[in-house]
Amino acid sequence: MSVTQQNILEQFDDRSLWQRLVWRDWVWALLVLAGAGYAYVHYVELMDGYEVAILAGTALSLIGLGWAWKPMQPLSLMVTVLSLGAIALYGTSLATAESNFFLKYLISSQSAIMWMSALYVLATATYFMALFARSDYTAKVASALTWSATTMGLVGLMVRWRESYLISADVGHIPVSNLYEVFILFSIITALLYLYYEGRYHTRALGGFVLLVISAAVGFLLWYTFDREAHTIQPLVPALQSYWMKIHVPANFIGYGAFALAAMVGFAYIFRHRQEQRPGGAANSRLPALELLDDVMYKSIALGFAFFTLATILGALWAAEAWGGYWSWDPKETWALIVWLNYAAWLHMRLTKGWRGTPMAWWAVVGLFVTLFAFLGVNMFLSGLHSYGEL
Amino acid sequence: MSTVSNKPSRAVSRSSVLLEFLGSMNLAITLLVTVAVASIIGTVLKQNEAYQNYIVKFGPFWFEAFKSLGLYDVYSAGWFLVILTFLVVSTSVCIYRNAPQMLRDMRSYRLNVQEQSLRAFHANHSWTLALPAAEVERRLSNVMRSKGYRMRRKDHGDHQVIAAMNGVVNRLGYIFTHTAIVTICIGGLLDGNLPLKLKEMSGQIKIESRDLPASQVPRESWLSVQNPSFRGSVTVPEGSTANIAFLQLRDGYLVQPLPFSIELKDFRIEHYESGQPKSFESDLIIHEPDQEPVTATIAVNHPLIHKGYAIYQSSFNDGGTHLDLNAWGFGRAQLEQQAFKSAVFEKLSVETAQGTMTLELDDFRLFNINPADEGSGKKFRNFGPNFTFKLRNAAGEAREFENYMLPVEFEGRRYFLSGVRDSVADPFFYLHVPADPKGSLERFMRFNALLQDTDRVAQIAQETTRQTFGEAQLEKPDLHKEVAATMQRLVALFTQGGFDAVAEQVEKTVPEAKRGMVLDAYIKVLRNILTALYFDLLTTEGVDVSAGVTESDSRFYDDSINALAVLSKYGSPFFLELKSFEHVQASGLQIARAPGQTVVYIGFALLIAGVFVMFYIHHRRLWFWLRETETGTELLFAGTGNREHRDFRLEFDQLIQVLDRQLRSG
Repeated sequence: MSVTQQNILEQFDDRSLWQRLVWRDWVWALLVLAGAGYAYVHYVELMDGYEVAILAGTALSLIGLGWAWKPMQPLSLMVTVLSLGAIALYGTSLATAESNFFLKYLISSQSAIMWMSALYVLATATYFMALFARSDYTAKVASALTWSATTMGLVGLMVRWRESYLISADVGHIPVSNLYEVFILFSIITALLYLYYEGRYHTRALGGFVLLVISAAVGFLLWYTFDREAHTIQPLVPALQSYWMKIHVPANFIGYGAFALAAMVGFAYIFRHRQEQRPGGAANSRLPALELLDDVMYKSIALGFAFFTLATILGALWAAEAWGGYWSWDPKETWALIVWLNYAAWLHMRLTKGWRGTPMAWWAVVGLFVTLFAFLGVNMFLSGLHSYGEL
Repeated sequence: MSTVSNKPSRAVSRSSVLLEFLGSMNLAITLLVTVAVASIIGTVLKQNEAYQNYIVKFGPFWFEAFKSLGLYDVYSAGWFLVILTFLVVSTSVCIYRNAPQMLRDMRSYRLNVQEQSLRAFHANHSWTLALPAAEVERRLSNVMRSKGYRMRRKDHGDHQVIAAMNGVVNRLGYIFTHTAIVTICIGGLLDGNLPLKLKEMSGQIKIESRDLPASQVPRESWLSVQNPSFRGSVTVPEGSTANIAFLQLRDGYLVQPLPFSIELKDFRIEHYESGQPKSFESDLIIHEPDQEPVTATIAVNHPLIHKGYAIYQSSFNDGGTHLDLNAWGFGRAQLEQQAFKSAVFEKLSVETAQGTMTLELDDFRLFNINPADEGSGKKFRNFGPNFTFKLRNAAGEAREFENYMLPVEFEGRRYFLSGVRDSVADPFFYLHVPADPKGSLERFMRFNALLQDTDRVAQIAQETTRQTFGEAQLEKPDLHKEVAATMQRLVALFTQGGFDAVAEQVEKTVPEAKRGMVLDAYIKVLRNILTALYFDLLTTEGVDVSAGVTESDSRFYDDSINALAVLSKYGSPFFLELKSFEHVQASGLQIARAPGQTVVYIGFALLIAGVFVMFYIHHRRLWFWLRETETGTELLFAGTGNREHRDFRLEFDQLIQVLDRQLRSG
């Protein structure tokens, strides 16, 4: 952990969030509002009341997020510029992707997603290299790679959203509707959560661990693309044509992403714990202290649990509207409950029984497999109402 | 779920021991895990299937064993409900035991704290200041107020205590989340099918498993119209009305009468270019005695809520499309056609050469979108309407057919397609019957009839041999008779089993060494006679064949032979042609009544509020212990956070810095 004077100043900055806002933050807010306003003015007749509310909510959350976590600002701006660039290059024809150099090799959604994939894998390797070589510079490079990968992933999703409308107005939809799209979302959200903690705790030592799970997701994504051609944009089945999808799915993936992060930090915890068993291990370890790892693990599970609760409830509300009942014991619903119960038990153990240490870390790792089954296994092995992303 | 632990129990009465056990953390965690594990069973084992399927899957022994454990409907099995009840009771006891303490805690500032205990806190700091106590108090109060802390002060004579708290609502988080669980479970119980189970067990109702029209379902399978909660479905054809819903249960159903009737005025469906459904919606009219009819349009994700009954668009179906059919008989020497009218879902008894069979018309589809051929410039093509039917013999065995109304073009040729399969698990195997120049089945059917016409076949066979052998026949007068007889036999074989039957015959009668040669010769002879028969057919149709046949007629011949060769495997004594139809659609509606929904939603709101409050608002207590001395003031500052040692420590250190600045400044 490298602590600079800047860090200490930040920590002891006793001004509230409001007081800390500088002119840049207000420009940021204005830009977001201007973007939302533009979308509202141009597309209001295509949106229902709920969608207008979602637009407003998104704008406000983005402003808040940018204020609370400054790197969101340049990231969003970069994604906006690249996405708008791609949209402008596309014009009104999807075929432009074949002829335009930038689209073909850089920012058409498929290319951007391939860039994202390559960069995440590269970042994983670089983080580990930095850890072994104890090189701050290499670690910074790894961070930069992760930021770039996240940018490209977000650009990929944004451009894909536009591409779906270029196919045909009735095919157009937000790209969170099938397994392929949510895997991209999962990678991005996990990476962003990690980057937040990286900044907050000033340590890049966990990068390799966390990005391992993202690399695995990328591996799946590539197999899914090349073996199953899952990247083609499919129109939405009637049940998915609802504003609920825009909030239910992202909320769910904040949950999944946070649980994945917690599991990988748990993995690092177990690793560090093993090191400490050896003489001089604690001093030699390149990983952050156990207390910090434990803290990140807990916070990540708490965040995941909060959003997963929200997502499951949103799902129940949607189910009541689309399937005729808020709960049907559908395999996906049931597994969501299992995941929820699992983390509820974890949190009880930690908060009221005060459990700490390797058992909790192991439990967090096992939790990832439970989560993974809910997220992927259900689609692979079980059938039910949630059959949108069959393998 | 207990949050206050390690309290020595005072009154050791039996009830308090029970409360202790029910509210204990260990029980709570055990229950959480048990519910999770039990839930897995229901996802691995498909629930509420027909019992027959389970018997096939597990065999009779395990079928009974699993049945007695309630594994086919885990979520309403007695033992599962008992676990859930325990969870609710445990949570309730926990709230009962801890909520009052927590609420007191929220208001109590603990102003009687001792100096020693404050010094024992991990987070503590002391100052010796040259300021009077009142000034110190003023300054630190300002700081704390600016940080959002609420404060209370108590004068203990020789010293003063100022207690500050922030984030007290955190405690409400516990109460909210745990109350939410109880609320959701109770609401869910109101909407669950527990009352139904009880009625079934007590024999008040009986699940009907026969396929009967609603009017013939015995009363014991009818539920009361007052039934407060249910989820059923009903299919309403266009122009029809329904006043009941069916509740699917295991291998049967129950009938739920409704206090109103639902008329389907119109059903509309739109498709994407790829043929997938894009949207479907129904125009409904709700009729109720002595009331104005209510009209509404429902679509997926847009239900109608009518007096506590929610009506959902869930699926669509054929509503009994009227079909004008024409059956072309195979297997006769004359062209046989029989036109008749029927409709989807009708069953007809038909007399065939294979005995009495039942023709079951199952479905009709207006569009059949398939991927287009490469290079056609389009992605999809529509094969047009088709219908499916089953032919069931007296033994109950059925074959399923799927016939297209219009000929479909492949590589410039047009065919009537008819798919056939023995079981729904198999893919369809398609018979390609070529369409004649008029776009009809007639020529093919005539060709087929001609092959069955033994007199005509004999005549043509003789003519053909005579032409082939010419003068040679004079030398061997019996040869041409023999060849003609072979021709007839081969045609008969061909109509019975295609080229395979010929090959089989060769295998049976010819020694192995000569088989290849003989088969080649037979096929050649067979082709000769088939060609001659085809020419004869064309001639009767009035086509001039003296200068050979056109390319399309020649292709028709090839296609016909291909189709005729496999006809014996087709398995139907006739070809069912769809001449015209009148499309009737039906809308699949789901009707639900869920009085517990409001309760559950209140639980949801509590849960979300509780979870976020619990994780993101931290309860912190801080104390200032002041004693005025001759030279100034001694100040002791200590605090505790209910969680997050790390974060609290950071905040505490930060406060020390700020206070230090304020207290030491001039």
